[in-house]
Amino acid sequence: MPSPNGTREITYVEAVREALTQSMQADERVFLIGEDIGVYGGAFGVSAGMHAEFGGERVIDTPISEAAIVGACVGAALTGMRPVGEIQFMDFITLGMEQLVLQAAKVRFMFGGKATVPMVLRTPGGSGTGAAAQHSESLETWFTHVPGLKVVMPSSPYDAKGLLMAAIQDENPVIFVEHKLLYKVSGPVPEEPYTIPLGEPNIVREGKHLTVVATSIMVQRAKQAAEELAKEGIEIEIVDPRTLNPFDDSLMIQSVVKTGKALVVHEAVKTSGYGAELVSRIVESEAFDYLDAPVRRLAGLDIPIPYNRNLEYHAVPQVENIVAEARKLVRGEY
Amino acid sequence: MAKSKNAQTSQAAKRKLSEKQLHEMLYTMMLIRRFEEKALDLYSLGKVHGTMHLSIGQEATAVGASGALTQQDYLLNTHRGHGHCLAWGSQADLMMAEFMGKETGYCRGRGGSMHIANVDANNLGANGIVAGGLPISVGVGLSIRARNTEQVVMVVFGDGASNEGAFHESINMASIWNLPVIFLCENNQYAMSMPVEKSMNIDRISDRAAAYGIEGVTVDGNDVEAVYEAVHNARQRAIAGKGPTLIECNTYRYMGHSKSDRQAYRTRDEVKTWMDKDPIERLAGHLDMSKKDKDGLFKKAEAEIEKAVEFAEASPEPDVADIMEGVYA
Ligand SMILES: Cc1ncc(C[n+]2csc(CCOP(=O)(O)OP(=O)(O)O)c2C)c(N)n1
Ligand SMILES: [Mg+2]
Repeated sequence: MPSPNGTREITYVEAVREALTQSMQADERVFLIGEDIGVYGGAFGVSAGMHAEFGGERVIDTPISEAAIVGACVGAALTGMRPVGEIQFMDFITLGMEQLVLQAAKVRFMFGGKATVPMVLRTPGGSGTGAAAQHSESLETWFTHVPGLKVVMPSSPYDAKGLLMAAIQDENPVIFVEHKLLYKVSGPVPEEPYTIPLGEPNIVREGKHLTVVATSIMVQRAKQAAEELAKEGIEIEIVDPRTLNPFDDSLMIQSVVKTGKALVVHEAVKTSGYGAELVSRIVESEAFDYLDAPVRRLAGLDIPIPYNRNLEYHAVPQVENIVAEARKLVRGEY
Repeated sequence: MAKSKNAQTSQAAKRKLSEKQLHEMLYTMMLIRRFEEKALDLYSLGKVHGTMHLSIGQEATAVGASGALTQQDYLLNTHRGHGHCLAWGSQADLMMAEFMGKETGYCRGRGGSMHIANVDANNLGANGIVAGGLPISVGVGLSIRARNTEQVVMVVFGDGASNEGAFHESINMASIWNLPVIFLCENNQYAMSMPVEKSMNIDRISDRAAAYGIEGVTVDGNDVEAVYEAVHNARQRAIAGKGPTLIECNTYRYMGHSKSDRQAYRTRDEVKTWMDKDPIERLAGHLDMSKKDKDGLFKKAEAEIEKAVEFAEASPEPDVADIMEGVYA
């Protein structure tokens, strides 16, 4: 895969769009389906201009019917197409859960491995836009708990493009979780098509004092925290799983062996969050013998996302929380 | 298109409401309009965040519908719900405070524009989920029947919501159990960018009632008296044990779907055509109001909204120390 270095910078939303566009140019089985993705260009502008380029047969606007959107992807995927569905906000996947969890995820297994469901469901998650409790969910662990689904959560424009192109080429149902606050983040992205294998984590930053495992927007916040911490002489290593399931944890475990300390950071609520999975993998591994401190989780509070701006801010980890938590861990205060 | 749909503008209703009642209704419609215009200003000034869905142009539906119900009845509202909330008798100041995320707001700043509720007044809240209120209305209907009271529940939703499974499941259940539910569909011709003509192959959403064996009517949603009449009749039927009604109100939103809408899916001409059927102007005309009287009434509404904003701005923010409150009873 090409390196991001020395290439032009585009935003995360442009990177997602470019992955969709190049995938559709390369493979005519690929089509988009979802609410307001046509002339409107999608609620967050992801498919802006794509209806004009590919027409209404390949950029399909639907009525507000999430169960049928997911089901339409399943049916089309089963019969030779490569649908990419959009669920306008991650919250609304709740209306499509049956088709996703009981159909898409299980069909192949139930049919003795004789069917494939190569579909992608893209959806923006997360808080920070003042959209309140029914438009701010981070539900990724609902899906990591379902064998048969793959779950991808890119944290940068480079990853967004490469992972989405890989997801579209994958033979399985993939949930591709974007983050509303990342859409405007810029970064280097090669112009040519490329894929990043699903399941491979990324060492975003090297450091020796503490391993921070973060997902999605929290990778960006961990990077900012790292700059603060570096001023105090604390060097954190940041690991981004990128794909939550499947997830090759060996790089993360090696990192914890090296640093002896681990902090897991995600936006979703703490109880039964993905952090529990990450921490379990660390303590079940050889890294256990190298741990110098408890493995800690920093995550969203166990509440729905509040509307008030200040409460919303405090409901999920921010840069200063990561800084404070990392500092305590490194200073041996736990 | 809407013309052919609005076959029954009701002459009968026009005699049911007194001049005084109509003046009150006009004032509430003006209050809704000024509330939402103010909301837009506050948003533009950065005093509120998030998004909001304005019902400017649809005021007659809200006011006519609530006007036909009593204080004992229940309301389940939509994301585009400021109008219904005010028409239900909610206080503009407590709504404005909620809108600005203040502790004094109806939901203590936790819900915001999309979730304003006033449970004490049987307003069971706006809903961020399209068709989210419909299944709940079935439960409220069951509860009314179990408690054997003379109440009804009105659930408001859009044209787009009628394409969700929840719409069909709920109407069918309310029908087989003969529940006192009024299904009020505000057909404002679009679900975000999706025009009604492209999202369903029927001319009237009220035709869907037949599939579930309930009464269905379509009215001109910009005619406050026609809406009043339809909801009044539906309430009579429900109370008499004759079950639910689906009412489709044809209307139009003047503003974009939400703050980020560039409105590429419709023309300025189309918007203008509907503005010429403005519900407030229509009622004022029907009441033979002079320009001076009309302006005077608008001024009164403006003053009420200004006071609401002052109250909201002076109100305290929620305390972060209370952030965990309210998840469990
Ligand atoms: C289940 C669900 N799907 C999608 C959305 C996003 N959304 C919010 S309002 C809306 C359009 C609703 O159209 P309609 O029901 O006609 O009501 P209107 O906005 O026109 O008042 C959409 C797609 C949502 N809130 N909930
Ligand atoms: Mg609508």
